[in-house]
Parts: sequence; structure tokens; C-alpha cells
Amino acid sequence: MARSISKKSKIINTLVAGFIGFLMFFPILWIVVLSFKTEENAIRAPLEILFSSGWTMESFQTVQARSDYLKHFSNSVIISLGSTVLALIVAVPAAWSMAFVPSRHTKNVLMWMLSTKMLPPVGVLVPIYLLFRDFDLLDTRFGLTIVLMLINLPIIIWMLYTYFKEIPGEILEAARMDGASLREEIIYVLTPMAIPGIASTVLLNIILAWNEAFWTINLTAAKAAPLTAFITSYSSPEGLFYAKLSAASIMAIAPILIMGWFSQKQLVRGLTFGAVK
Amino acid sequence: MGRIQLKDVQKTFGNVEVIPPLNLEIEDGEFVVFVGPSGCGKSTLLRLIAGLEDTTSGNIEIDDIDATDLPPAKRSLAMVFQSYALYPHMSVRKNIAFPMKMAKIDLETQNTKVEAAAKSLNLTDYLDRKPGQLSGGQRQRVAIGRAIVREPAAFLFDEPLSNLDAALRVGMRLEIMDLHKKLETTMIYVTHDQVEAMTMADKIVVLQDGRIEQVGSPLELYHTPKNKFVAGFIGSPKMNLIEGIEAKKLNASTIGIRPEHIKMSKTEGLWKGTVGVAEHLGSDTFIHIHNTGLLEMMTVRISGDVQVKHGEAIYLTPEKNKIHCFDAVGDRIL
Repeated sequence: MARSISKKSKIINTLVAGFIGFLMFFPILWIVVLSFKTEENAIRAPLEILFSSGWTMESFQTVQARSDYLKHFSNSVIISLGSTVLALIVAVPAAWSMAFVPSRHTKNVLMWMLSTKMLPPVGVLVPIYLLFRDFDLLDTRFGLTIVLMLINLPIIIWMLYTYFKEIPGEILEAARMDGASLREEIIYVLTPMAIPGIASTVLLNIILAWNEAFWTINLTAAKAAPLTAFITSYSSPEGLFYAKLSAASIMAIAPILIMGWFSQKQLVRGLTFGAVK
Repeated sequence: MGRIQLKDVQKTFGNVEVIPPLNLEIEDGEFVVFVGPSGCGKSTLLRLIAGLEDTTSGNIEIDDIDATDLPPAKRSLAMVFQSYALYPHMSVRKNIAFPMKMAKIDLETQNTKVEAAAKSLNLTDYLDRKPGQLSGGQRQRVAIGRAIVREPAAFLFDEPLSNLDAALRVGMRLEIMDLHKKLETTMIYVTHDQVEAMTMADKIVVLQDGRIEQVGSPLELYHTPKNKFVAGFIGSPKMNLIEGIEAKKLNASTIGIRPEHIKMSKTEGLWKGTVGVAEHLGSDTFIHIHNTGLLEMMTVRISGDVQVKHGEAIYLTPEKNKIHCFDAVGDRIL
């Protein structure tokens, strides 16, 4: 028998869910509001901020005039796309071998990879910084791409491994019987079947790489600084400029928010891939 | 050509010996069925022949060429899987053409062969559909089509009809037999269903715990089972296997009598029992008899529709020349 929900509890549940949703969305909404205020209005009490007159684009104009937004934007695009492509090149064969030719140690290897995510990044900051310095990678897009690829690689391999495990082994065996080489098996059979999973992995990695702040701030200065570093440049020793900081944040997160919004169906589909047969 | 020889082929997984050293010869054009209960190693044996599993020791020869270390694609074998194993993102046409694409055969030949295979399998109208839009029977036909276009030395079928409903299974069984007659290519067919084995095979290989119990034609296995296991496995309903005094009278440890070789009477007979459940199939009636003192339950098969009452006393008499005798180890006594 289907579980029945009374109309009253349905209304209450909807209201509670709506309230929680609003709470989660509130910080973004507040940044949007602040970004359209003058610095003077942005430091007032919250209610005063909301109802004060004087909505302005001034902060956006100042940010645009002071910083080269497009340079930071292109750095973000190159770093997040580059790290994703590189990670896929490594992760697809790795996940394939662990999913379809597992050894006694596969589970341990997977756990070991995941354990690297349990270490606080700051724990390896000094050695990585020194390596970057010695290999002349500081403030380079190439260096940052490599670091972000390595940082997100365990999660990508885990996600792809989970998706690949859902593909029946018999289909790959059929491809082998049909004369497909390993490369052809991956290109013609495995990859097209895992497209929803790969797509959501790609999207998630782009989002993670786009929003990555710790490494981008610590390993870049001006040349390779992506949008996360661009935001922090408005949190200066002279004080916090809330309106400009908010405007910079909006400019930084807008592209990824728009991408996330349009690809949410794919993202959700990928993240729940295999949950229901 | 499609002559396959297994010479001392052995397979172990870790310390577990799944297939003890085994020898088997399959002649060109034969329809061979591997049959046995679940876990007897029949699918593993097929996968060893296909090259999907590596042998631990021994040799597999295909057309007198040692294929033991050849990859699956180089053995010129085609396989049809239980789950169909179709490529879900490709149309029926692309599924069938896939092996030819891998073999870099030109597009024109590919198309001609796909059309011909589709025609012979009644798939012409479905060529542009995806596997997900087909019924189980159609999917299995696509899998067969994909195997046909390779023009292999032998076809390997791994329980191909298990996922189909009973009616469709009978239809597909006939289609596969028909295909064998048309192509005259060696076919190795794995099943746990002894009816499938009996109706389709030129030669049946009965397996238990990875060992070959008997190899022979369906009727050979039915009339002269080599041991108790084969006697009990081949034939439906199962042979009645009786131990004790009745067996000792014939100097055997166990005697076997098939349900169709027992006469039933309401007035006289060798053994007395009471009627349990009767299964009326129309053409035959299977009657289960209890309290005979020989077996917990004996099965008798009577031609036509016979009316018996539950609990009614009944007499049974076996046809003497149809009794099978087995020794203490379970081997047939000649």
C-alpha cells in the first residue's frame, strides 16, 4: 500500500523544505544584494542594507576597472578544463582496470587513493611549494593544472570506477569476442555506455577545480591567478570592501553557477547513476 | 571447419580446482551440448574454449591449431551470451556490423552481410532500433546475427535461452536448431536444462564438479547412462533410483527405473503404494506414489489422461528389461 501523506503534513513539509532551501541560498542572495550597494551602505545593519536606497553598479565598474577580469576568467577556464582533461586521461584506464581486471589489492588501492583526500592540503603545502619553486612552476597555469588534476584525481577515479562497475562485464567480453582491441573496447563500447557517468564526473571536476582556492591562492601571484585569487584580492590589508568583494564574487561564481544550472539534470543523473536498476 | 579438441585442460581459481584435467573432442559441424547442474563448470569450460578464461594447464586446439594462448578474437569463434550482451548505445544494424567493423571489412560488404543476417533472422524491420526497444527474443536474435556475420569456425552459446519465457524458449530452440542445419557449423551450447540438451544435441556432454560424467548421443545417455548421476540427470521426470532389498535381488547397490517404464494397476503388481499428487498434462499423467517402502516418493508416467484419487492404493510393476543397475560407487553394471 502506498504511504499516504496528509494534506496538512504536506504543507508543513513543503514550508520546512522551502525554509531550509532559502537558508542555503541566502548567502548567495546576500552577496548579490551587497554587490549592488555602495561601500558605505554595504557595512550598515542588515535590515538597513536591504531597505536602503541607492542600488548601484559602481562596485562592478570599479572591479572591472581595477582588475583584468577576462585574464582571471581565462585562467580559470584553462586550469579547470585542463585539469579535467588530464585527469580523465589518467582516470579512465585506471578505473577500467580496477573495475574489470581487479586484483587482490584493488580495494586497498582505492582506499589509499581516497585517504589522500583525508589529509588537510596545508599538510603538503611546503613540499609542493618547494617543488613548484625548484621546477619553476610557481604562478604558471601549467603547474596549477597539474596540481588540481592530482588533487581531484582520487575522486574522479572513484566516480568512474563506480560507473564502470555498473556496466555488465559480458558486454565487454562480447566486444573482445568480436575482435575489439583494448583501445577499441574502451572507445567504442565502454566510453559511450559510461557517458552519463563520465559527463557528471567532468562537470563535478570542473566545478571543484573552478572553486579551488587553497592551491590557487598559494601557488599563484598575478600571471596564472584564476577567479578565486581574483576574489581574495579584494580582501586587502587596508580593510574589507564588502561591496567590491561581493561584486568580484558574483563575477567569479556566475559562469560556474550558470553552467551548473543548465547541466543540473546531467549532474543529478550522473550522481545517481546505477542507484536504481 | 570447426574441430575442437581439449587435451588435459585444467582450470583452477586459487586453490580451487574448477575443472580437473579433461579431454574432449568435438567434430566439425557437431551440435554439442554441455549440460549439468549449476556450478558444475560447464560455463567455465565454454569460456576456456572462447578464450575469455586462461587455462591453468593443457591445450585447446581449434582445427588442429593450438589456440590455448590465442586471444578470443583470434580463435574464429563467436559467442552468444545469456544476457545477450548487446551494445545498448548502438542500433541493431551497428550491433550486427560491429565484428566486421573491428575486422576493418569495407562498408559495402558490411551492409550486405547485415541485411542478409537480418533477413534470415526476421530482423529487417528492426535494424534501426536500439536493443532497448526490442523484446527478449528479438534481442537474442540480434546476438545470434552478430555471431553469424563473423562466419566463425564454431558458435558458442552460453545458456542463451535462460532469460526468455517458456513459449519463446521453445521457438528460439527450433530457430537455433534450424540455423545449425542451415550453416552446418559446429555449435557448442551450454544449458542446465536437460530437455534443451536432449532435443537439440547431436552429442551431450554431462558434467558434474568439472568432470565429464558421460559423452554420447541423447538416446545413448537416456538408454544406457554410465552412472547414477547421469541416470538421475537425464530424463524428465527423473529416474526412480531405488536402494536396498529390491536392488540386492538384482545384485546391485542401486537400481533405476524410469517413470515411463513402470506399469500401474489398481488390482495387482509387484509394489504397493498410495497415490499422492497427480500432474495432468493432457498427453501424459505424472503420478507421485508414496508408502511403497522403496522410496519416499516414486514417479510414474502414464500415457494419456488417467484419473486416480489422492490416497488411493495402487500397484506398480517395473518393466524388467528396462531396469538399470548400479554398483556401490554408482557405476553402471553391464
